[in-house]
Amino acid sequence: MTLEQLMFYGLGAVGIGSGLLVVTRRNPVMSALSLVLNFFCLAGLYLTLNAQFIAVIQIIVYAGAIMVLFLFVIMLLNLRDERALSDRLSARKIIGAGLAFGLLLQVLYILMSAADGFPQKDEALAVSTGTVEVIGVQLFTTFLFPFEITSLLLTAAIVGAVLLAKKKLD
Amino acid sequence: MVPLSHYLFLSAVLFMTGAVGVLTRRNAIIVFMSIELMLNSVNLTLVAFSSFLGNVTGQMLVFFVMTVAAAEAAVGLAIIIAIYRRKQTVNLDEINLLKW
Repeated sequence: MTLEQLMFYGLGAVGIGSGLLVVTRRNPVMSALSLVLNFFCLAGLYLTLNAQFIAVIQIIVYAGAIMVLFLFVIMLLNLRDERALSDRLSARKIIGAGLAFGLLLQVLYILMSAADGFPQKDEALAVSTGTVEVIGVQLFTTFLFPFEITSLLLTAAIVGAVLLAKKKLD
Repeated sequence: MVPLSHYLFLSAVLFMTGAVGVLTRRNAIIVFMSIELMLNSVNLTLVAFSSFLGNVTGQMLVFFVMTVAAAEAAVGLAIIIAIYRRKQTVNLDEINLLKW
């Protein structure tokens, strides 16, 4: 087993495990910490795909900024534990899990039927796509307009968040 | 070498996990985190295709998805705080003002 396979299957297993922890833990703080672990696993997987820039951004933006915001709000609200998941196996839970499982089966069926046409990895090409240099050039040439729109989006989000969280609207 | 289908399989499982969270959990913050999980699984698909096809556009899309996710998290959490201030709960069963 090569190092790449070892990393993929190890990180994938930990990623799925921590993903399951996110949706099964009663305590929101535990869920949030599992999600941080999941984000780190995904960052590792991006590295196996030679996407260094995305991997670093994943850790800085997701694990760093967004999850700190989540933990901050959870602790600010001082939420009590939800009632145990096994308390009552309501119809909604069964239907919800069933629907999601059906979705998974559908996606897997499509994957199976299309698996022959998947491209093979060209190692040299893959290494040259994920670098900061290539992404930076693309970002400030081809994707300059979306990039500028993004700043508008973030400004709107900041204004909206401040306004919504204000105590009184006056 | 790990084939592309394994990455897509992992991504599908993660997406399903997030979907289960959205459909079954009642805590608004955990539902929100499940949505982040789903966004991330899609990002994994995009990066996998981008890397296998040698096309950087997929990674650019991930970059923009992350920006939108950051904005969404900020606004969504502000809404949750505002609701909590009004109703003292984040249980989605008790927040039913717009339900018919």
